[in-house]
Amino acid sequence: MNNLELQKIANEVRKGIITSVHSAKAGHPGGSLSAADVFTFLYFEEMNVDPKNPDDPDRDRFVLSKGHTAPGLYAALAQKGFFPVEDLITLRHIGSYLQGHPCINIPGVDMSSGSLGQGVSAAVGMALAGKMDKKDFRVYSLLGDGEIQEGQVWEAAMFAGFHKLDNLCIMVDNNNLQIDGPIDEVCSPYPIDKKFESFNFHVINADAHDFDSIRSALSEAKATKGMPTCIVFHSVKGKGVSFMENNAGWHGKAPNDEEFKVAMADLDKITEELAKKEA
Amino acid sequence: MAEVKKIATRESYGATLVELGAENPDIVVMDADLAGATKTAMFKKAYPDRFFDAGIAEANMMGVAAGLATMGKIPFVSSFAMFASGRAYEQVRNSIGYPNLNVKICASHAGITVGEDGATHQCNEDIALMRTIPGMVVMVPSDDIEARAAVRAAAEYKGPVYIRLGRAAVPVVNDPENFKFEIGKGQIVKEGKDVTIVATGLGLDSSIGAAKKLAEDGIDAEVINICTIKPLDEELIIKSAKKTGKVVTVEEHSIIGGLGSAVCDCLSEKCPTLVKRLGINDVFGESGPAFDLLHKYELDAEGVYKHIKEFLGK
Repeated sequence: MNNLELQKIANEVRKGIITSVHSAKAGHPGGSLSAADVFTFLYFEEMNVDPKNPDDPDRDRFVLSKGHTAPGLYAALAQKGFFPVEDLITLRHIGSYLQGHPCINIPGVDMSSGSLGQGVSAAVGMALAGKMDKKDFRVYSLLGDGEIQEGQVWEAAMFAGFHKLDNLCIMVDNNNLQIDGPIDEVCSPYPIDKKFESFNFHVINADAHDFDSIRSALSEAKATKGMPTCIVFHSVKGKGVSFMENNAGWHGKAPNDEEFKVAMADLDKITEELAKKEA
Repeated sequence: MAEVKKIATRESYGATLVELGAENPDIVVMDADLAGATKTAMFKKAYPDRFFDAGIAEANMMGVAAGLATMGKIPFVSSFAMFASGRAYEQVRNSIGYPNLNVKICASHAGITVGEDGATHQCNEDIALMRTIPGMVVMVPSDDIEARAAVRAAAEYKGPVYIRLGRAAVPVVNDPENFKFEIGKGQIVKEGKDVTIVATGLGLDSSIGAAKKLAEDGIDAEVINICTIKPLDEELIIKSAKKTGKVVTVEEHSIIGGLGSAVCDCLSEKCPTLVKRLGINDVFGESGPAFDLLHKYELDAEGVYKHIKEFLGK
């Protein structure tokens, strides 16, 4: 799939995020938008997953350790065909299967997550099982840059590095913002790359909004043997929606009706620009 | 009289794990730097490729076990009760309980009979913590025979299980000839009509001893062994409560949230009965030899006997 096609899907994923969070009147758009391109690349290019056979034991696994950005994951899964795009508006509604945070019972979701720091350990367990059974599948996990303040992340990193889980790729969505403000003002986890390096990871810095950069990073991760990989994805929180970009206030807040219109107009504009490029 | 055989339930656990390892290739064991103490080292020796030490990192251990379980493995994870149920409570709740994963948490060194290590390591709260997690099966074996059966039953059962094991060697009280085990089923160890003693773990041995002393005073106590605290064998307890009208619970655990609370939860709704809870009375433990502590906290046969006499006003 070429970059333009990926960009078009990513823009639809962003529309899904805004639509679902608006409908829910709650949720986390900022970190969903910053990871939208990564979600898109994972599900449309990188991972071996089949919506027609979601329980294939040999499929690649993904654990969204930063589970609050479920709207981004759900929008990507819906685009991929794991469930209808129309269901996204049921996000966080009573009786809906689209829970506020990922739940293992949702088609395409490999692990319940959302309590920060926990998903990555489950991903490590999956990778360990793959090694035990000599399987070829890979395991991916996306963490928030604020999330890595959790001690459990480093317990998991120590274990993965020690066991040389080269079938594991951890990704940090480095948008530099957490609820209480910039991560380096709240309690800085920087330098993120050097920390993972010292836990025996191969570390790659990449641009979370450039598909060439994403492609190259994940390809390098796959080629890395003898140690797990950590990709630090430099991203923009709220990416694609003008008033949400680089604004910590949009970490966990839904747009009202007026803001929803502006956000969708921003994304429609991107759709038009991509159509022009295609033509 | 022949010497009563004594064995710690953690020993029974280790031995059973080795048997299960031979029977089922999906069984994987994890520990957090306490393999020698929890007895998972026995499995490690037999099946080194299926044993993983998480190091002193219980939170990650629970999460890795959860991940292994999503792949069809049957992880048995061990640490001391304090750390398995306390330190890693939220990992057990959110990474194992919520997704209903097939992880068996087998925690040793529960209760005050940890002994000399003292209060920081004497977990009197684990039953309370674990039984509030939806879908979690909670078992407290009373001796070697029951511990072996509970570990086997946990391996066969699909879903999260917490098994509470002890450090100290305890007498074998169950009869190997007539022993039957089923998750969720209690047993009447001794029939009686004057008072019901519901016991779990090493409280069973104390209760059997207390019942003998009570018999000498002409008090006919019924003794019920409850290994599975959740789901509780309510039918058995209600039936006995109706018969005797008075219930005493005995456990090496806080009187808040453990067997005593579980029995009260049941009886207060379904068969209001006066209940006396014997256990750790909302205090922290202390250092000392295990059975001296059991005596001091009045959870040995003598203490249980004394409290039941007071309860009955005799």
